[in-house]
Amino acid sequence: MYILSNTVNASNFVSGVDKAFLLIMGISFVFLIGLTFTMLYFMYKYNNKKNPIATQIKGSNTLEVIWTVIPTILVLIMFYYGWAGWAPMRKAPKDTFNIKVTGRMWNYLFEYENGKKTDTLFVPMDKAVKLKLVSLDVIHGFFIPAFRIKEDVVPGREKMAWFIPQREGLFELFCTVYCGMNHSYMGSTVKVMPQPKFDAWYIDTIKHVSVAVDSPTATGQRIMKNIGCFACHTVDGTKLIGPTFKGIYGSKVVIQTNGQEHEVTADDAYIKRSIYDPNADIVKGFNKGLMQPYTGLLSEGDVQQITAYLKSLK
Amino acid sequence: MQTAVPILHEVSYLEYKGKYKGLFSWILSTDHKRIGLMYMYAMMTFFLIGVMLGLAMKLELIAPGRTIMGPQTYNALFTVHGVIMIFMIVIPGLPAVFGNFMLPIMIGAKDVAFPKLNLLSWYIYMTGSILVICSVLFGNGIPDTGWTFYAPYSFKTGTNLLPAIFGAFVLGFASILTGLNFIVTIHRMRCPGMTWLKMPLFAWSLYGTAWIQLLATPVVGITLVLVALERIFGIGVFDPALGGDPVLYQHLFWIYSHPAVYVMILPAMGAISEIIPTFSQKHIFGYKAIVASTIAIAFVGYFVWGHHMFTSGMSGTAQYTFSILTFIVAIPSAIKVFNWISTMHKGSINPDIPFLWAISFIFVFMIGGFSGLVLGALATNVYVHDTAFVVAHFHFIVFGGVGFAFFGAIHYWYPKMFGRMYDKAWAKIGWAFFFVGFLTLYSPMFYLGMMGMPRRYYDYLPEFHAANILSTLGSWVMAFGLLIIIINLFRSAKNGAIAPMNPWNGKTLEWTVPSPPPTENFEDIPVYGEKDGPYEY
Ligand code: HEC
Ligand code: HEM
Ligand SMILES: [Cu+2]
Ligand SMILES: [Cu+2]
Repeated sequence: MYILSNTVNASNFVSGVDKAFLLIMGISFVFLIGLTFTMLYFMYKYNNKKNPIATQIKGSNTLEVIWTVIPTILVLIMFYYGWAGWAPMRKAPKDTFNIKVTGRMWNYLFEYENGKKTDTLFVPMDKAVKLKLVSLDVIHGFFIPAFRIKEDVVPGREKMAWFIPQREGLFELFCTVYCGMNHSYMGSTVKVMPQPKFDAWYIDTIKHVSVAVDSPTATGQRIMKNIGCFACHTVDGTKLIGPTFKGIYGSKVVIQTNGQEHEVTADDAYIKRSIYDPNADIVKGFNKGLMQPYTGLLSEGDVQQITAYLKSLK
Repeated sequence: MQTAVPILHEVSYLEYKGKYKGLFSWILSTDHKRIGLMYMYAMMTFFLIGVMLGLAMKLELIAPGRTIMGPQTYNALFTVHGVIMIFMIVIPGLPAVFGNFMLPIMIGAKDVAFPKLNLLSWYIYMTGSILVICSVLFGNGIPDTGWTFYAPYSFKTGTNLLPAIFGAFVLGFASILTGLNFIVTIHRMRCPGMTWLKMPLFAWSLYGTAWIQLLATPVVGITLVLVALERIFGIGVFDPALGGDPVLYQHLFWIYSHPAVYVMILPAMGAISEIIPTFSQKHIFGYKAIVASTIAIAFVGYFVWGHHMFTSGMSGTAQYTFSILTFIVAIPSAIKVFNWISTMHKGSINPDIPFLWAISFIFVFMIGGFSGLVLGALATNVYVHDTAFVVAHFHFIVFGGVGFAFFGAIHYWYPKMFGRMYDKAWAKIGWAFFFVGFLTLYSPMFYLGMMGMPRRYYDYLPEFHAANILSTLGSWVMAFGLLIIIINLFRSAKNGAIAPMNPWNGKTLEWTVPSPPPTENFEDIPVYGEKDGPYEY
């Protein structure tokens, strides 16, 4: 169980949350076991074979008062611990390391203040990290179990989460709000590094995980893989959420623009438009609003690389 | 006390020949007992479909990665499973079946206040249900939003969502009309001498429920209409791209859907409050406290919806207010449990099958309730919200609570409804498998949630594997128990031993009429004297 395992104190919130958990569970177990045994004991002791005549008792005001007051006190204590473990989550300290988290179907993108972008969350140990959470499409849930933090990522709002990582290592990160087909794959990893190691990584200027570039189309493929196009598109002819890329370049595509159906040839301009403004032209048979504009996320150069790769998919 | 019951054979509601024959004598009948049974048969069918979807999901989750279906199918399964179970079974559930059948008899009336409206409610219920099923069978893609229809995914998905939303909307009207009918019935049709505080507790629970149905259901109706309009015309109420607010949707949805949880559980508590005194042969302990707690739950239940939204985005003040109110609403439930257990004290307990269902209800309901405390506290809610922990919690409450009470109620009232007794040995075997299977199926989900496994997950990390295997095995044991229970009940309706009028020596009015009851219930309306009451042993 996480509560008892090596994630102890993985973040500054763990002890507060776990204290509330153990308190509530402890009181609950005492009551559950006590009441269950009382019930079984009565069933045995007052069985109609042993006790053929029931004693009629209609109630007792004293007991009613006792078992209203005691649980009320207990739940108020539980409330207090719940509140105490949670209150610090709402207030981030002043001096924080800031990261912007962008959720979209079905991955997270992490942007650091120096312009670095990653799909794994890298954070420095023992430093307050503040996340700015935004979503480009539907609601996602940002959840790092080991740190006990969770915040919904709501489109149209800017949400905040913060924490101080206190243990070096890799931790899981999940999406918890159902967001469509690949919801269960929208996870990632958090990597906590001691400050010096983190700094070395941070100033390293190669932005993405670098892969050897061996053919003119490999870069395009890599960009698409990193940013998550293949969650919705395939290259082998199967239709997922979006159309397949197989043979797309130069083909005739039937699209709807403002409800008008017409045919276009998939050329460079069309592909660029499909990436920067996908909801202007909708491919027939697919739905509007699923693919989000990649403006600001992919540069003109990236789009050229992607186009080169798409050309190669005969 | 009540008027003497004629021993000679009266035409029962099952044999009664009215204007119509065959099927029509049922689907055109305004007899509350026939309508109750029609609800039951419809719900049993839907329930079995829902169970099979649940089993298919569990089979898929037996191993990480793809087992028998793809992610889109899995998402469709939990959506349809949730919609069927919530909107078509547990919300209408006990009121529609046992409320219809028993309420008029228990308060000494010949029928509900508006019998035709009652039949109309059944038709509305069937229409809504068929619409939901149409969304599965026709159109491009089975709905995949989850039963909560959260914005903005619910208007982004390309699947056939509209019939499902419309179906849930229509089902709401069946609920409203049944609630209205019961309120009027309880106010106007109690037999002479049955004061409010002599009313059986099941009737009280239906009364509390009926007010929630009447007042809360319209909220979800309008919300669903807004989602439909958003989908068709893009009106921009919930869609952030058009300036709307998706969190507003969640508020509206839960303003209904939290009270709806009490629509499910209150009648279940009512049924348990009948079974326990009968099988203890003892006056219920703390009648007034149970009545008061019923009303308290129905009332405070309106103000806790925010506990579903602690991570959605609310002010801190709103968050701890909702947290504290959630803890307050737990107290009346605890009071009920204390009173039930005290009723057993110094009783003369007949540990027969309805009693077994009742105490297993108390056990699983306590687990559900305690896990609810974990969800009510802010710090722990943030941690386990939207994980398998929540899935375990609500199955313990809605399936463990409402489901166990439903099975308890059916074994309790079966001899009255059908005039025959089921095979008790098989009933116990079925119960045992069901109970063990239930715990094996859902307990591991608490653990999974505490490990951090999110809900609505088609695939999971290898570290969650062992608990998932156990849970799937549990689902098979439970399904086996369920099969035994249902076959036993079905076969006994024809072949069971003839049941006497009052097999359990109950004191409520339904035990004073023949089994099965005659069409008119009572030849002469019973009269409660000074010393009479539903629990006077
Ligand atoms: C969330 C799912 C999703 C993701 C992620 C996604 N797309 Fe799409 N894409 C769609 C859908 C749906 C359509 C069809 C509707 C439309 O035309 O907007 C589409 C259409 C397209 C088209 C036009 C296809 C044709 O046959 O004319 C191109 C090109 C395209 N996407 C490229 C990309 C690229 C490049 C990426 C990654 C940077 C990407 N998409 C990511 C869903 C997605
Ligand atoms: C054999 C019986 C059942 C099995 C095996 C079962 C199993 C499941 C499973 C595996 C899920 C999906 C969890 C997830 O992926 O997050 C689920 C969801 C759900 N179940 Fe059940 N269940 C059963 C009975 C019931 C009953 C009786 C009810 C209602 C009273 C119910 C109500 C729900 C609801 C509301 C959901 C949530 C759906 C959603 O997330 O939108 N289930 N069930
Ligand atoms: Cu997501
Ligand atoms: Cu709730």
